[in-house]
Amino acid sequence: MPFDAQPANGTLPPKPGVGYKERHFRGIIESPGSVNWLEIHAENYMGRGGRPIAQLRRLRQDFAFSCHGVGLSIGGEGPLDEQHLERLKALVAWLEPAAFSEHLAWSTHEGRYFNDLLPLPYSRETLERVCQHVDQVQESVGRAMLLENPSSYFSFEESEMNEIEFISEVSSSTGCGLLLDVNNVFVSAANNRFDPVDYIDEFPLHRVGEIHLGGHEDENDPEGGTLLIDNHAAAVSDPVWELYEYTLRQSGPLPTLVEWDNDVPDWPVLAAEAGRAGRLLDSCVRPGCR
Amino acid sequence: MPVSQSGFLAAVLDPDLPTPDGLISHARHPTRRFSVYRNNVIVGLTEALDSAFPVLRKLVGDEFFAAMAGVYVRRFPPTSPVLSRFGYEMPGFLEEFPPVAHLPYLVDIARLELLIRESYHEADSVAVDNNAVLTIPPGELPSCRFALAPSLRLLRSRYPACSIWHSNALDGPRPGTEAEDIMVVRPEFDPRPVVLPNGGFELVARLAEGAALGDACEHASADDRFRLDAVMPILVSGGAVTGVIRPESEGNCNPEEAQTHPPNQPSGQ
Repeated sequence: MPFDAQPANGTLPPKPGVGYKERHFRGIIESPGSVNWLEIHAENYMGRGGRPIAQLRRLRQDFAFSCHGVGLSIGGEGPLDEQHLERLKALVAWLEPAAFSEHLAWSTHEGRYFNDLLPLPYSRETLERVCQHVDQVQESVGRAMLLENPSSYFSFEESEMNEIEFISEVSSSTGCGLLLDVNNVFVSAANNRFDPVDYIDEFPLHRVGEIHLGGHEDENDPEGGTLLIDNHAAAVSDPVWELYEYTLRQSGPLPTLVEWDNDVPDWPVLAAEAGRAGRLLDSCVRPGCR
Repeated sequence: MPVSQSGFLAAVLDPDLPTPDGLISHARHPTRRFSVYRNNVIVGLTEALDSAFPVLRKLVGDEFFAAMAGVYVRRFPPTSPVLSRFGYEMPGFLEEFPPVAHLPYLVDIARLELLIRESYHEADSVAVDNNAVLTIPPGELPSCRFALAPSLRLLRSRYPACSIWHSNALDGPRPGTEAEDIMVVRPEFDPRPVVLPNGGFELVARLAEGAALGDACEHASADDRFRLDAVMPILVSGGAVTGVIRPESEGNCNPEEAQTHPPNQPSGQ
């Protein structure tokens, strides 16, 4: 059942944001540059207090927040972890983020959590399950969520529809918005040999409330074919910037996150990446962009 | 053919199992692509252990730690997506792990690091200053109770676990060989383990249970080397005392602060 408590596209500003890291606290406060908002991995802020929570309380005075869950296991075969839903609800209640998002993936099985975004086939059966889970999340947390497209390394024989058909169906059936990870599109396209531009053309961009950009690694596969790995450990690559620019020309400006989770650079390097996204967003506001 | 999540996961965790059937890839075989998940799961959880047990890692070396983590994460994968609660089986695991049988103090280092992490994420509290304690009329002292910081933790070690920690985490002096009673305090945001003098462990443990100071001192005096004035300054300077509850009017410190928190409770849900 479509969820209608809040607009699915959230209220993040159509400006650059970054994935928040504790070590960037000073840099962000002293020289935010073009960074307008911050995204946290929800699971890192579920303690009762201490520095992590104190930093967020300080930063939320100056910045909008996006709360990005990595542990709900929405694509899991089993039921959602209700305790975890309660924790998310509590976090969202005090942080009051402008957006709340999760992944089209699974990470928990039989009560054990594996800390990765594992893939699922796109069948009628998995579609029904994902829709039920998204409904449950939105009802528990009390607001619409954004669902992120995964990066994939292979596909499943079992799939009965493509990823865009699957995601579009989840969005229209549950009322959830979408988080379009442009790097994931690029990685999946290279690994599964489809055209990333076609993907963007077919994607329901009117449902997108946030964009992600991140780095990937070009790996050697001894069994042949291109293998790109989504590792968030490097700068955004040039072809991903181009695909992002193409996307903005279709969608208009959208809140855009630069993610850099591993081998995290010093603040000025990350701020410069956000600045690059900011320039593209600015140029896309000008008439004739769309 | 449908791939069950059980089957998929079994193959992720055991690289000796074949890649699941039913995958379509543009390589001759999907092994390398599937191994992205094998790698992500083990590396991601190993990193979580890395950040939980930095001193343990330093003591055994990076390479050994990574190999041991590979065994640990397969045996005790997290039960919650909140990774600051991952790793509670480490002390028991180390006790049973033959390659470290000759290093029994590692068990207490793991316990200490778990308490430090708990303390780091615990609720904030406002400490009282020295004056709040010094101005209590001596006659009232035995009947006073103390509210202690939720971030306080206690550990009794048969080894000099606190000195080993300091020596490795902060380049402190070389540890001796004496057993240590340890209290973790968190003056602001950074938990710090300190050694408690004789009888201090009993005193703080009783106070944390809500006992009056006189009663706590009586227990602590089972060790005849116990001296209250050796313990109280450590508690107060560590920011561990958050309220003084005086006998007549149980409300003359901040009533919200006048709760005691039992130490060594794992962070709740």
